[in-house]
Amino acid sequence: MNSVSRRKFLKISGFSVGALAATSAFSPMLKGVDKLNKEKLKGIKIIPTYCDICFWKCGTLAYLKDGELWKVEGNPKDPLSKGRLCPRGTGGIGAVTDPDRLRSPLIRTRQRGEEVWKEVTWNEALNYIAEKMNKIKAQYGPESVASFSHGIGGNFLKHTLKAYGAINFAAPSFAQCRGPRDVGFELTFGEAIGSPERTDIENAKCLVLIGSHLGENMHNTQVQEFANAVANDASIIVVDPRFSVAASKAKYYLPIKPGTDIALLLAWMNVIVSEKLYDVEYVTKYGFGFEQFAAEISQYTPEWAYPETGIDPELIRKSAKEMAMHKPSTLVHPGRHTTWYGDDAQRSRAIALLNALLGSWGRKGGFYFPVSYSLPGYPYPAYPAPSKEKLDNPGRKYPFASEEITTGIREATISGNPYPIKGWFIYATNLIQALPNQDETIKAIQNLDLMVVVDVIPSEIAGWADVVLPESVYLERYDDLHMSANKTPFVGIRQPVVDSPSDQKPNWWIAKKLAEKLGLANYYPWSHIEEYLDYRLKAGGLSLARLKQEGIILGKDKPIYAEDGVPLEFNTPSGKIEFYSSQLQEAGFDPVPKFKRQEQAPSGYYRLLFGRAPVHSFSRTQSNRILMDTMGENEVWVNHDVAEKWGLKNAQSVRLKNQDGVISNKIKVKVTERIRTDCVYMVHGFGHNSKMLKGAFGKGASDSGLVTKYVIDPLMGGTGMNVNFVTFEMEA
Amino acid sequence: MARFGMAIDTKKCVGCMDCVVACKTENNVPEGHNRDWIVTVANGKFPNVNLEIQSQRCNHCDNTPCVACCPTGASHVHEVGAVVLVDHNMCIGCKACLASCPYDARFVHPDGYADKCTFCIHRVEEGKLPACVSVCPTHCMYFGDLDDANSEVSRLIASRKNHPLLPEAGTSPRIFYLI
Repeated sequence: MNSVSRRKFLKISGFSVGALAATSAFSPMLKGVDKLNKEKLKGIKIIPTYCDICFWKCGTLAYLKDGELWKVEGNPKDPLSKGRLCPRGTGGIGAVTDPDRLRSPLIRTRQRGEEVWKEVTWNEALNYIAEKMNKIKAQYGPESVASFSHGIGGNFLKHTLKAYGAINFAAPSFAQCRGPRDVGFELTFGEAIGSPERTDIENAKCLVLIGSHLGENMHNTQVQEFANAVANDASIIVVDPRFSVAASKAKYYLPIKPGTDIALLLAWMNVIVSEKLYDVEYVTKYGFGFEQFAAEISQYTPEWAYPETGIDPELIRKSAKEMAMHKPSTLVHPGRHTTWYGDDAQRSRAIALLNALLGSWGRKGGFYFPVSYSLPGYPYPAYPAPSKEKLDNPGRKYPFASEEITTGIREATISGNPYPIKGWFIYATNLIQALPNQDETIKAIQNLDLMVVVDVIPSEIAGWADVVLPESVYLERYDDLHMSANKTPFVGIRQPVVDSPSDQKPNWWIAKKLAEKLGLANYYPWSHIEEYLDYRLKAGGLSLARLKQEGIILGKDKPIYAEDGVPLEFNTPSGKIEFYSSQLQEAGFDPVPKFKRQEQAPSGYYRLLFGRAPVHSFSRTQSNRILMDTMGENEVWVNHDVAEKWGLKNAQSVRLKNQDGVISNKIKVKVTERIRTDCVYMVHGFGHNSKMLKGAFGKGASDSGLVTKYVIDPLMGGTGMNVNFVTFEMEA
Repeated sequence: MARFGMAIDTKKCVGCMDCVVACKTENNVPEGHNRDWIVTVANGKFPNVNLEIQSQRCNHCDNTPCVACCPTGASHVHEVGAVVLVDHNMCIGCKACLASCPYDARFVHPDGYADKCTFCIHRVEEGKLPACVSVCPTHCMYFGDLDDANSEVSRLIASRKNHPLLPEAGTSPRIFYLI
């Protein structure tokens, strides 16, 4: 029996470490915050903030009971959560009580990756970093320090690095996730989808999901709207090799052969064009190159698509007609994690074109025009002018990349071309699991003179760092203001609810102190982030005191649909929706998407597919004990017939071996009728091998470890990762 | 006298387990245990599969084997809403109720007493909904008085096709799954 509760234990240890920290070189800067928990409040206190368990940033109300963190709920004022958090958000307090949290700054004492450290003071850690950065600047120039980050918490660190002269910043959210989608839509409509997605799911009369597993993929607003669409009897069409939760809500389920989505999209468009089911007025008014497109599309009949996709031509026709029937309130969802096969920007373009035919861009039940709150930035001094160019995409090798490419920086770090990269700053992204081919990441790390990881947990990438800086969990810190574009403009605040249990610090403090060590104190004219926030809010006619009280302040509603008067304008070369893309043609690419067959699995191998679970975010939540109690490991989904062939039983442990001979951790088999026989599926984010991450170590298997192969999208540099094949290694 | 029950719309439910997590934090359910959980029932042969996702918990039955078998009277039917509760101080942890429950809804709390869903009676008595109901991002759960024909739950159960779990156990469970 566990008589000392974890909460009590943390309180005790947090107190003693906190007492030590007070004697360290820096006097605590969080003066107001320090007092938060010290006075033992009786009863319930509610403090609004916004969530950080994923990047959706839902408005949150944190409840303190007698001064102790009790629970978090959604803030009813928040347009994103509408008062209801997702399971990860609801389990957010588990991030505070996570016993595996980083507690003190660490400096490596042995080989990189051995995870042997000495605990140091913040002063020592930041001096060490500043000294190395100064050396890199002197020898190679400041452009040779690169940064990878994920989420709003990286803003201040980026500011410090830009002040230092760094120019190479990237996030896996582009080349390993939504990049192809945004590029496909930019090429077609002249605008990206953005995040949160501008998808008007709840008003859709027909919703088409292609590999997008809403419900399992728990992006809060989208799932809430999806449930509303289901309740409103919207026609749901799901295309997926796996019978997803969304598939179970579908009127039409298309069990597609993996890697053939473009063939299906072409056939759908063929039906809609040849039977003249498209929005003729819309296409005529806003379309460019429709004739060429229509001529190209005419060859792709459902009968042509059948042997490629395995989808019955009648089902293709019926589902196409269903979409056309509900136009323009038919939303063919663009997806989010779209880096599948390396032809992903073209697939996304095909999705964009199908939406264009249905007239859904800009229309209610389709894609709305997102609106956001706007506040002036803080008036910082100008950043130093770089003497070099960014190196993630040299010579615009990937001509349509609209953001920086992580794997481009990695490649340059390995090769030293076009110039050496000698420092990596990594904020809140576990690059070991986020980038394909872990060997390349580790190889790049060997060329670094400095690698710094700032995070709340000792993720696998932290294990490779020279210096690890422990950040406060979101419930313990301020961050920048949240003003994501969506249906209603708003500004939201993240503010501390409880003290950090040990020597963790908020990112703004880390960034500011590092700037001071680098002689860049002039880039931080404010002494506490509250001054920064107050400045920006006052400049917009708001006050920090009010925002701290309310958590969210709404702006004035604005029209978000063409029907309500938003002009349909397209930032493309033709100023129209580009059914035929001259810029693609000029760059040597297909102006209208074409289908190309993917490499097929060798005999006895199955295509490895991966996705999300509603209770975990990437590989960042597997030490959150509350969330681990709902899903403590992943399973490999194997079709019943395949399992029978291999003699696999449900819940049996196996290892997976990929085409390059890489063997996974042990993983349990889920024998199911919910997947095709030519692929297997697992939830991403498990199979951690960071020794410091005790709650997650060795639980389940890592799909990322098996993704040794990737195909680069020639349009935008995204890394297609659904190109790996696995077989089963039986456990003795 | 009210008789509380639930209707859960399996068409809207996506099985995200927010109900499970909300219960854990609301009620400080100890690590390693949950008072509610998700069961996904899949029938058919790929690709013709049918799924039913069920958010399960104590059914707060009308016929309560867990109360009948309790040697101390710790397991009891609460005066408000006929909710089935366990008095922690009276419970001796004999596990007779665990064995008697056809839904496997109970566990022994690390502090030694039988624990399970309370329908968040502490919230309900303050006029709030149970945590699982109030958090659900899909709004698939409904809570109310089954004896009031006009309550939302009663109307849903009357108007929508539904089933309880294990009716053959004879316990008259009070959670109904709308299909």
